[in-house]
Amino acid sequence: MDYEPVIGMEIHTELQTRSKIFCGCSTAFGAAPNTQVCPVCLGMPGVLPVLNKTALEYAIRTALALHCSITEHTSFDRKNYYYPDLPKNYQISQNYACLGYGGWVEIASGREKKRVGILNVHLEEDAGKNFHPETGGREEYSLVDLNRTGMPLIEIVSAPDLHSVEDAMAYMATLKNLLQYLEVSDCRMQEGHLRFEVNLSLKSRGAQELGTRVEIKNLNSLRTAKRCMEYEILRQTEVLQSGGAVVQETRLWDEAEGGTRAMRSKEYAQDYRYFPDPDLVEFHITKEWKEEIERHLPELQEAKKMRFIREYGLPEYDAAILTSGKPLADYYEACLRIYKNPKMTSNWIMTEFLRELNNREMEPDECPLTPGHLGLLLKLIEQGTISGKIGKQVLAEMLETGNMPDEIVKEKGWVQIRDQKEIEDIIEQVMKENPDIVESIRGGKEKAMSFLVGQVMKKSQGKANPQLVNKILLEKIKSSS
Amino acid sequence: MDAIELTAYEAREKLGKREISSAELVNAVMERIRVVEPKIRAYLTITEDAALKQAKEADQRLSSEDHPPPLTGIPVAVKDNICIRGVRTTCGSKILQNFIPPYNATVIEKLARAGAVFIGKTNMDEFAMGSSTENSAFQITRNPWDLERIPGGSSGGSAACVAADAAFLALGSDTGGSIRGPASYCGIVGMKPTYGRVSRYGLVAYGSSLDQIGPMTKDVKDAALLLSAIAGHDPRDSTSADLSCPDYALACGRDIKGLRIGVPREYFAEGLDKEVEHRVQAAIMHLSGLGAEISEISLPHTEYAIACYYLCAMAEASSNLARYDGAHYGYRTKDAENIIDMYSRTRAEGFGTEVKRRIMLGTYALSAGYYDAYYLKALKVRTLIKQDFERAFENVDLVATPVAPTPAFKIGEKTQDPLTMYLSDIFTISLNLAGMCGISVPCGFSNGGLPIGLQLIADIFKEETLFTAAYAFEQSTDHHKRKPVL
Repeated sequence: MDYEPVIGMEIHTELQTRSKIFCGCSTAFGAAPNTQVCPVCLGMPGVLPVLNKTALEYAIRTALALHCSITEHTSFDRKNYYYPDLPKNYQISQNYACLGYGGWVEIASGREKKRVGILNVHLEEDAGKNFHPETGGREEYSLVDLNRTGMPLIEIVSAPDLHSVEDAMAYMATLKNLLQYLEVSDCRMQEGHLRFEVNLSLKSRGAQELGTRVEIKNLNSLRTAKRCMEYEILRQTEVLQSGGAVVQETRLWDEAEGGTRAMRSKEYAQDYRYFPDPDLVEFHITKEWKEEIERHLPELQEAKKMRFIREYGLPEYDAAILTSGKPLADYYEACLRIYKNPKMTSNWIMTEFLRELNNREMEPDECPLTPGHLGLLLKLIEQGTISGKIGKQVLAEMLETGNMPDEIVKEKGWVQIRDQKEIEDIIEQVMKENPDIVESIRGGKEKAMSFLVGQVMKKSQGKANPQLVNKILLEKIKSSS
Repeated sequence: MDAIELTAYEAREKLGKREISSAELVNAVMERIRVVEPKIRAYLTITEDAALKQAKEADQRLSSEDHPPPLTGIPVAVKDNICIRGVRTTCGSKILQNFIPPYNATVIEKLARAGAVFIGKTNMDEFAMGSSTENSAFQITRNPWDLERIPGGSSGGSAACVAADAAFLALGSDTGGSIRGPASYCGIVGMKPTYGRVSRYGLVAYGSSLDQIGPMTKDVKDAALLLSAIAGHDPRDSTSADLSCPDYALACGRDIKGLRIGVPREYFAEGLDKEVEHRVQAAIMHLSGLGAEISEISLPHTEYAIACYYLCAMAEASSNLARYDGAHYGYRTKDAENIIDMYSRTRAEGFGTEVKRRIMLGTYALSAGYYDAYYLKALKVRTLIKQDFERAFENVDLVATPVAPTPAFKIGEKTQDPLTMYLSDIFTISLNLAGMCGISVPCGFSNGGLPIGLQLIADIFKEETLFTAAYAFEQSTDHHKRKPVL
């Protein structure tokens, strides 16, 4: 029998607010363990949460961009469960009056455009992290870092509208892109700013009736999510084809095994006993506030693309690529602040820069090659300090060392030769070494010119200015005839 | 008259005139504590050194400043569920027996700014769960009027030390009557402010939607003085009301002629001790004699208040107390096998019987399949109870009732029967559910010489009316002047 997957996704994204959701602690990544904490996020006796209004605003912004209705009176609930990374032993989340509900987002899966339903968007606090150092093969103790406790998260729950791994990948990429464009999250996966949970079941192709659903947690990258869904579709297909039944359960992705495993029932058979958090009041989201947030939505992808065409005179093709992700578009505009030729900048980014990013599997804002580096490099080329060809070598060097281009050029002695006399010397030498070719050019075989130019460039180790070489070479051949 | 017998207001006047120093007051209180504490055991922690240091600073201010703040130099006792930075805060529980908070409750910051001197932390039922202070993990506090009897709870330590002149002022907290009950049993004034009037930041939570900190004092004017110092909006407590607060002392001394007082018939029913009924009725007649207009009213949902309260409070408590698990602070069991074992043994060993009972009942009420039938139903009943009061306050300014159905009962009398114990809060609980404010003011004594309190209830944020009426009553009677013999 032929089966069709039915997939729904829950996406958790950490908001890029400066302080945590219910206290004033910093949200900066990478600080020493338990240094960004206070009595409130440590859940000490008697402390109380106070909602960060910016987090609420970001969540509303996201819900609006996902075409959700916004709850007029939103409130917070406690989700009760015990875990050492959750010092209160309850998570403040939203269950009874989620901020946004009933929206949709359009995705492009293959050549098709599809609408995926958004069941709800809600706001909650993140938990900390547990570490289990192994000593002598046995876990003697665990360590808890509570820096992440109380970081603001939004959870976006999709309808089970995704019918293939491709759909799901397109959905995740679309949301990641949108969240970045909305300036609510930088979506840095390796910092855990974007995490996925998948609900997946199989049904007979064309059938109405849905199969038994499995929930898979712990997916921290697009690649893992892809592998996990592929694995799970195979696993469930095998279960069904061998006449078995899929068990409704929560499974964990096991990176080492490259597969999913069922959680022990104790790990997930939880009754969270949600109830309204009496420490937080109901928040009234007025029509005026909602409209103001809508009016001040950041420039989204399509608008930015049109502006790039209009403002920078870029071809649509360039503009589409440069705005394919917000970090890249930001990178491009940051380069333009240093080097003002839009098309030349676009050419370099679309070819050299993107190739390097792909090779290194990096986001533009993680690359050691900052807009400062690239902008200055392009300036050096335009000024004629170095040739375009040398420019590519400088770029590679910058990626390795992180040094600025002018330093590299100086250190390597790559400054372009523009001195007439110096170039003439090289040319005379090359002409002497290749008398027949010089003759044949004089005889009208102008194509051979490029060979001589190549020889000159080679002798100058690529540093000679090619325009000057051409000009002088031609003059010399003609004058000596 | 001994310095310790002064009210806070009188003591502050003497401090202002430099007739006495704050250090002398602290020394007098410490001396009194040494005498009475072996009998009443009201304190869990006494901070004599810190208090003397604060007193010296207060004396400095009193001599150098033109207008030192209103509580400068006054010794204050604090219930042990209110956090003072650097001072052990146990909540009467083994699970927090060595917990030293690195932060102050907002009320503590406010009192410090008002110049108060902190002398110690008072005993209480564990996590404020109880009506007799017998649920303290550490000691039994005794009623200064009869050492065989309970002082009421859960703020029993605060009530007993004020009644015994072992503190000038005390802070208590009231979730279902924990200030008013003990005040009534110990013959002092206890006041529960409107929910949201006083910040809860730093008050260890029991039932968050019900908890309020309030004053426990020797007379009404002191209560007004203390509330003025602690009330007001706090950005750290989202449930605190963003309203300005009047100087409540100014409400003391206003005329009560024409003040409309309603007497709910449901509060004078079966189970009310005859002596208590007579004293309270007499007190209401006395108010009438002072010019108040008395009428009978009905609060029809009163009979559901106890059931509703225990569902709401226990549900919230089951979640509020989840954090005491041994992982991050407080008591931790020894040699746990694994994390689940650590949690369950820490909590089994760290909590007392009543706390465990309430956590289990609350957990049950919130569980899947029971939420609608119990917790959600309780929330609906709570709304009905609130509406009872709202309707009543369309026609009256105050409601007058007893505080407790009997005078102070004997130690051990009700410990075997939790339901009977719960019923002792029957007259105080509705008010917390409705969010209104109420005061207990002494209105007489039983034939056996035990104090009896009158409860006055006002609409939300109408504390001034309470103070006006309670002060008029008090000043025209002399119940508050009687002192226990210790």
